Amino acid sequence: MEQEGRKLTIQILRFNPQLEGDTPRMVSYEITEAPGMTIFIALNEIREKHDSSVQFDFICRAGICGSCAMIINGTPDLACRTLTSKFKDGQIKLLPLPGFKLIGDLSVDSGTFMRHMNERIEGWIHDIKADEVDFNKLEERMDPDVAEEIYELERCVECGCCISACATKRMKDGFLGAVGFMKLARYALDPRDKRSDSDFYEIVGDDNGVFGCMSLLGCEDYCPKDLPHQTQIAYLRRKMLSVK
Amino acid sequence: MKVIYTDSLVIGGGLAGLRVAIASKKRGFDTIVLSLMPAKRSHSAAAQGGMQASLGASVKGDGDDENVHFEDTIKGSDWGADQDVARMFVNTAPKAIRELSSWGVPWSRVRKGDRQVVINAEKVTITEKDEAHGLITARDFGGTKKWRTCYTSDGTGHTMLYAVDNKAIELDIPVHERKEAIALIHDDGACKGAIVRDLVTGELIAYVSKTTTVATGGYGRIYSVSTNAIICEGIGAAIALETGVAPLGNMEAVQFHPTAIVPVGILTTEGCRGDGGLLLDKDGYRFMPDYEPDKKELASRDVVSRRMTEHMRKGKGSPSRYGDHLWLDIRLLGKEHINKNLREVKEICEYFLGIDPVNELIPVRPTQHYSMGGVRTKSNGESPELRGLFSVGEAACWDMHGFNRLGGNSVAETVVAGMIVGEYVADYCENTSVNIETSVLEKFLKKEEDKITELLERETGENVFELKEAMQETMMTNVGIFRNGDDLQTAVDTLKDLLKRSKNICLKNKIRSSNPELVEAIRVPKMIKLAITVAYGALLRTESRGAHSREDFPERNDKEWLKRTLTYWRNESDDLPEVKYEDLDIMKMEMPPASRGYGVDNTIHHPDTEKRVAEVEEILKANPDADRHEIQNLLMPIEIPEKFRGQNERVGRGFK
Repeated sequence: MEQEGRKLTIQILRFNPQLEGDTPRMVSYEITEAPGMTIFIALNEIREKHDSSVQFDFICRAGICGSCAMIINGTPDLACRTLTSKFKDGQIKLLPLPGFKLIGDLSVDSGTFMRHMNERIEGWIHDIKADEVDFNKLEERMDPDVAEEIYELERCVECGCCISACATKRMKDGFLGAVGFMKLARYALDPRDKRSDSDFYEIVGDDNGVFGCMSLLGCEDYCPKDLPHQTQIAYLRRKMLSVK
Repeated sequence: MKVIYTDSLVIGGGLAGLRVAIASKKRGFDTIVLSLMPAKRSHSAAAQGGMQASLGASVKGDGDDENVHFEDTIKGSDWGADQDVARMFVNTAPKAIRELSSWGVPWSRVRKGDRQVVINAEKVTITEKDEAHGLITARDFGGTKKWRTCYTSDGTGHTMLYAVDNKAIELDIPVHERKEAIALIHDDGACKGAIVRDLVTGELIAYVSKTTTVATGGYGRIYSVSTNAIICEGIGAAIALETGVAPLGNMEAVQFHPTAIVPVGILTTEGCRGDGGLLLDKDGYRFMPDYEPDKKELASRDVVSRRMTEHMRKGKGSPSRYGDHLWLDIRLLGKEHINKNLREVKEICEYFLGIDPVNELIPVRPTQHYSMGGVRTKSNGESPELRGLFSVGEAACWDMHGFNRLGGNSVAETVVAGMIVGEYVADYCENTSVNIETSVLEKFLKKEEDKITELLERETGENVFELKEAMQETMMTNVGIFRNGDDLQTAVDTLKDLLKRSKNICLKNKIRSSNPELVEAIRVPKMIKLAITVAYGALLRTESRGAHSREDFPERNDKEWLKRTLTYWRNESDDLPEVKYEDLDIMKMEMPPASRGYGVDNTIHHPDTEKRVAEVEEILKANPDADRHEIQNLLMPIEIPEKFRGQNERVGRGFK
């Protein structure tokens, strides 16, 4: 009753740095498209039926965990929620996310990068009184609107798309990047974090911070969670300029 | 041989594991977390709907407290839970949520005044109290008397995991990423660490520790369709089982969530129904009130999943190329609500189904979702038979869920158990030192090394992907929502055969470093063992309790089955586990067995039930002036770490 699915040609950058003498190359795989097929499903089929050595990372396969960002036909995106039907000519080219250490094929080490980023911006609530809080008592109140605003900025999944799409980052290795700015803006907004603007200035008040951004806004264009990077970078800049 | 020493080794970087790590680090112990990937990618992040804690700030949570939460949890478990543990849990949950608030979770808050909500398909206006403004609010979930599920939009797990991982970073707790524990090191009745494979270099490392905490999540992926992340393969539970010493508990208790999307099985949160969403059949008819007139769509998960299956069996499912399904309707909640409070659901519908749930129905079907079973622990989180081995979260059978877990009680368990068990882990670190011969380490390391070498050298044999698929299909077909003796026997026989074949896996890709096929070859035989413990436990349990529903034994049989299943895998060469049972002592229960209040009550009661009911009544009568805390202490005194013993404050009620 169903039509035979069309043929997909999936080209993958293959390179395993663990193997001595291995060199990067593009390898093509042909598979038959199934209804509702995502790149997650397609890659698993390639691994199970064609080449069991292909490396890639998926965890939640639902667009929630951020582990599967890669370059799909030239743009960074989450592979798990990208439907193959999106590509009319059936040609799909997959490259690992640039800006991160390559583990092999489509798998990159975003974890080490994100940990360092979080350490650099000290991405946690700073409150010297936090350890004295009595959790048997009512929690500190928060304006419902403020809670919602914080959540809006906290939806980042550390997928790394913004870093891979950032021209500044490409030229300047020490540049913090949009993921870091977004987190910082989130803490700056949070009344529970007692850091002052000049504390934040110490972290992002230079050209490896918000003043280095060339405003090409690849981060905004390719953020899979549609976070307002442009607004937040501008907000941080204004805030930093007001620091005496 | 590479050896890494630490005090507290935690396997798994999800909420439960990280919270234990934080507890042991705060008490001054060297702590290492092992994770298959960056900790923030853990499956905890996928918990959308919320965390139960009886704060009672929202007007619809008025009158809520630990007692009501306890009753809901025990009823939900179909009296299969360990009541001591459930008590520890409900008493600590409000503290856990407040701690997370101080760590940065932007919990949704109460807004004073009128707001419109949908209850039983009607728009209703509720008025939140002025004095509750700004406190943590809650939404409705299935199987609960009060609105108790605290949330941040529908990204609750994400915000919790980020706050807890950030806390771990603040405390400088190392997370060793892309490391997989493939065996536990044990000697002389004590666990002393793990043999760990580096997933990038392929190197094997012996981690030696005072305590080893398994926090690797559930085993949903032994089924072919599951809401679980693809790393939820139960390997932590499997390596505990493979010690031959540590038992797993209640492995047959597997939950199916009513509303995963068809066909890929991604979850849409229970918050959809909690916020007023409905279930419709192929005729657009709302069928749940016919089956469960009282709780309707918000009956306990196991009940709703069974009713949906029953209804589809009557030919009322909507046919599709992926089989029949039903519809989830959240259109009545309106665009604004969906965009704000059910945004993940909306994104999932857009990306995976190409529909907008504001205007369209969502195709759903009950799907494997949660593992109530896992590494059996005592109430302090330690294995009853292997000292120094702890387990926490979904990986564990700490046993606050019995045979069915309530929505919102799992992320709650991760952090609450993490707090409580974390203190006991630290106590153990304080009172013990590790003493282990290098030769013992070498023995454990060499055993794993040899297995890998054998896999890489075998010239002909089985395809690991085919074995995995066969296992998953068997579990789907024969160990599902409704079970019967014939199907379960088929499952056990098929799985035994697959286990035998899994000893003869041949790899196409023969490299020792990063090699996804080798990862599968190490995991799949372990997963088949787990699948056998599930199928075999289900075959032996000739009653229906919670999510374990036997068509050939429809009664809950307290007389013979009010007990916990314990499975042991004594020898590597065995093809079936040894099964023992642990009685649940009714005479010690705060809440003796009764009806759950769904459908017809056909429970076969235990003779102790009547005795205990009378005893409880007598205690109540003899202490007319005792408050609820004193009564609880009279009925069922519990052990809990000193720092969590305080009573919880609620708005307008104080500490009463």
